[in-house]
Amino acid sequence: MAIEVEHELHERRKGRNYGVGLLLIGFIAIVFGLTVVKVLQLGDAGQFERADHVVRPQIIPVDEVAE
Amino acid sequence: MTDFTATNTPHEASMGDYFALMKPRVMSLVVFTALVGLLVAPVPVHPFIGFVGILCIAVGAGASGALNMWWDADIDARMKRTAGRPIPSGRVQPGEALGIGLALSGFSVVLLALATNFFAAALLAFTIFFYAVVYSMWLKRATPQNIVIGGAAGAFPPMVGWAVATGGASIESLLMFALIFMWTPPHFWALALFVKSDYGNAGVPMLTETHGRDATRNHILVYTVLLVPVALGLGLTSIGGPVYMAVAVVMNAWFLKGAYDIWRRDDAACEADKHKTEIAVFKVSLYYLFAHFGALLLEAALHLYDLGGW
Repeated sequence: MAIEVEHELHERRKGRNYGVGLLLIGFIAIVFGLTVVKVLQLGDAGQFERADHVVRPQIIPVDEVAE
Repeated sequence: MTDFTATNTPHEASMGDYFALMKPRVMSLVVFTALVGLLVAPVPVHPFIGFVGILCIAVGAGASGALNMWWDADIDARMKRTAGRPIPSGRVQPGEALGIGLALSGFSVVLLALATNFFAAALLAFTIFFYAVVYSMWLKRATPQNIVIGGAAGAFPPMVGWAVATGGASIESLLMFALIFMWTPPHFWALALFVKSDYGNAGVPMLTETHGRDATRNHILVYTVLLVPVALGLGLTSIGGPVYMAVAVVMNAWFLKGAYDIWRRDDAACEADKHKTEIAVFKVSLYYLFAHFGALLLEAALHLYDLGGW
């Protein structure tokens, strides 16, 4: 007997699988959208550079560099 | 033949069956009242965050519906109205409903906390707890006052919507809560008077069966009278105004007259005209809630143009 790649279980559960897929896509869209909105609400997104634990000479105020 | 065929399951649950666990019709009312609570709040909310907030409230309400169906599967199976629900009809296993209910509860509360604020999330968590545990597990089978106290679960959504925007509670949000809370008993008992229920067979105490139909009529009148000051009081707050007040006066007079009409009748009169008055008052109660929250929304819209309000 030939092995069927498409088992009838796949056919029967197609609706559910598509449903779960759509829910996951929706969840990703929500998290992505929230991230965009929350970051934009911060105003100056460039300020994030201050918190990435890496020395960035370009964000050190000029008078401090002179000292 | 060694091929595996999973054909011993009588019904394969579809996505729609899982969705039905979430009581979509209840969810639509929750979405409407929560949306009004969010939009009438004095703090503007980013549309996307507002959308996620309402989605979380709707999913939280759906989760508590699934938990309720899991807990009440035994009594649902004994009543004609509910025998076709996913669990009693065998389409969804009880454990699945429990899993979905718990997972969605956690999901909605955590996402609401991250998207908006902790106060709104805590209030949503309490709402789910109130409906699933206080109402379904403790009150429903224990007392004929079950829907009076349980009605609080349905009254929380506008408060949660308000909390999404403001991060707290206020007299306005408490009065929106009180409006639904006081409205639920007369609304539900008007229905109980004309629907031939089999709550008795299922062992659920309903006021019509434990205290009789006359006592139920008295209760409807008393609760409707108590509802009036709440509805009018809301109109005197910052979210009320002349438009809301005009709607409230008309709707309260209409509902009050209906409750009085019910109170004057007896069973013989009900049977004679096939519960005409009770059915009419039940419909009025639906318009009543919709009109009040619609008027609040209208006042908020008028505020945008410096109209409305006091």
